Amino acid sequence: MTVLCLVERDGDGAADASLRALAFSRELAASSEASGTGGDPGYGEEPAGSNPPGAPGENVAAVVFGPAAEVPAGALAVAGVTDAYAVESDALTGYAPLAWARAIAELITASSATAVVAAATDHGNEVLAHLAAITDLPMAANCASAAHASDGRYRLVRHRWAGSLLEDAALDAPVALLTVAVDAVAATPAAVPAKVTVHAFRPDLTDGDLAVCATESAERAGGVSLATARVVVGGGRGVGSPAGFGALEELAGLLGGALGVSRVVTSQGWRPHKQQVGQTGTRISPELYLACGISGAIQHMAGCLSARHIVAVNTDPDAPIIARADYAVIGDLNQVIPALVTALRERAGLS
Amino acid sequence: MEILVCVKRVPMVGGKVVVTPDGQDVDTRMSGFAVSPHEECAVEEAVQITQRLGGTVTVLTLGPAEAADQLRDMLALGAGHGVLLETDGREWGPMATAAAIADAARRRGVGPDGGYDLLLFGNEAADTGDYQVPVRVAHALGLPCVTAIKNLEITESGAGAGAAGGSGAGGAAGARARASREYRGIEEAFDLALPAVISVKEGINLPRYPSLPGRLRAKRAVIEQFRPEYRGEGLRKELLRVPPGESKRAEILGTGTDAVPALVRLFEEFGVLS
Repeated sequence: MTVLCLVERDGDGAADASLRALAFSRELAASSEASGTGGDPGYGEEPAGSNPPGAPGENVAAVVFGPAAEVPAGALAVAGVTDAYAVESDALTGYAPLAWARAIAELITASSATAVVAAATDHGNEVLAHLAAITDLPMAANCASAAHASDGRYRLVRHRWAGSLLEDAALDAPVALLTVAVDAVAATPAAVPAKVTVHAFRPDLTDGDLAVCATESAERAGGVSLATARVVVGGGRGVGSPAGFGALEELAGLLGGALGVSRVVTSQGWRPHKQQVGQTGTRISPELYLACGISGAIQHMAGCLSARHIVAVNTDPDAPIIARADYAVIGDLNQVIPALVTALRERAGLS
Repeated sequence: MEILVCVKRVPMVGGKVVVTPDGQDVDTRMSGFAVSPHEECAVEEAVQITQRLGGTVTVLTLGPAEAADQLRDMLALGAGHGVLLETDGREWGPMATAAAIADAARRRGVGPDGGYDLLLFGNEAADTGDYQVPVRVAHALGLPCVTAIKNLEITESGAGAGAAGGSGAGGAAGARARASREYRGIEEAFDLALPAVISVKEGINLPRYPSLPGRLRAKRAVIEQFRPEYRGEGLRKELLRVPPGESKRAEILGTGTDAVPALVRLFEEFGVLS
């Protein structure tokens, strides 16, 4: 019995979101022993190379698209993966959502999977939705945790409103299809590294499966990326005008960070959507998020759940952001930020 | 170009989500409702496409009778027809929702107006975030599909409507979509033959404000109504709850510019100053 996890590659390694999904998969696999379901050593035929001696009832297997030689076996071993299926196909040259789902559907049988897990990325959600449609199985997106229950079902915690609300749910399905909310689980290593057996797997694909296939462009250049910036300076309605963002940009520059904005700022056309932080914009995970003139609507806060420290500058001491921030300055950002810029320039000996 | 856009009525939760005492719903007594943000952009995209290429935008929702308000909001933006798949107010799961939408698309496909050339969705609903209804609809109708799109170009080559039998879709022959998105810093582009199902994300466009004539037209518009039958599915909500740690209170560093030295000290403590 296997928890099969889609692992997306990132360069030579595994994507961080996939390492988190593997940690989630391990927890799910370990719960089968506690609940007494699955993994009975005397039950049916064991798939090749499944449980190492002394391991819990279920093992974690990875599915990786690409040649067996390119499987990031080192990272998978650290994450406790016992088996890796490398999906090899001459027809499959790039990302093709339906073909990926078709291959995983075949692998469910080949690997005796009781669950398929993927990171809730654009690729993970898309591929699992296709898999759900192909197999006519329910799919639970954006899970924070999953475990076997003694009644044979799965007990899940899902994110709603991009994590601003939690849903306790029960899933009744022969194979559980789950995506993992990207900021809900840490990418922890397994207690004991596993020995990974790599299996080359050639799926049976039709032209129809390959009809929708991605063409990739070269990587984009650019300054500090909002998603990965160590410091984000945020501006909201309180900035008051497009011109008001000058001081925030200068501050972001002094802190080696990026400018982020709230939804109202982009819907006013003050700044481009690519700078929007929130549920329908970019998710940020900086060391410091300085939120200026931002009320703290849940649409916005959903994008900064992973920020280490949140500091708010707001005129309204009762704004929702004050209940979500670690520190706050009560005041007008259009006075506070220029004064802060001056202080930081003086500190750096720039003026 | 006949386009169906599917939208969802969701609460406008503002600064805080409040759950009803039974833990089954979001408390909406103090909030209004709106169309999910990605979907409003899908409607805007559809209106722009039909302004360029001709045709009609039909906007569809599955929800309680009050969801007709959200259909009228979208009609005011330039959609031509509204379809309400009316429920008794219960929350429908993604499998049943997709099946009901696919049925509605098929019904239209066999009628005098012919099928849709393009079915647009938002990438995920703001509230439940199930990320699967568009893909399930595409499979039910046998159409190609791509999700999370931030840039869409429709090209028509050749003319004439070739209704694609019972698939529920059909129309401008030879039309194609070039749909793209950014994924981990790399642009991914997809080329799809229409009819197709595409879900979009906010940022693909900036939705317009409704015009006064648009509002008046929307008010008078007749909304077609159906009552699909509810069915349960394997994923069941048990309880909604607000995550812990939501109601802390920030430590106030000070007021106005007097707080600047405290801010600098804090930044030093966080290690974000060089």
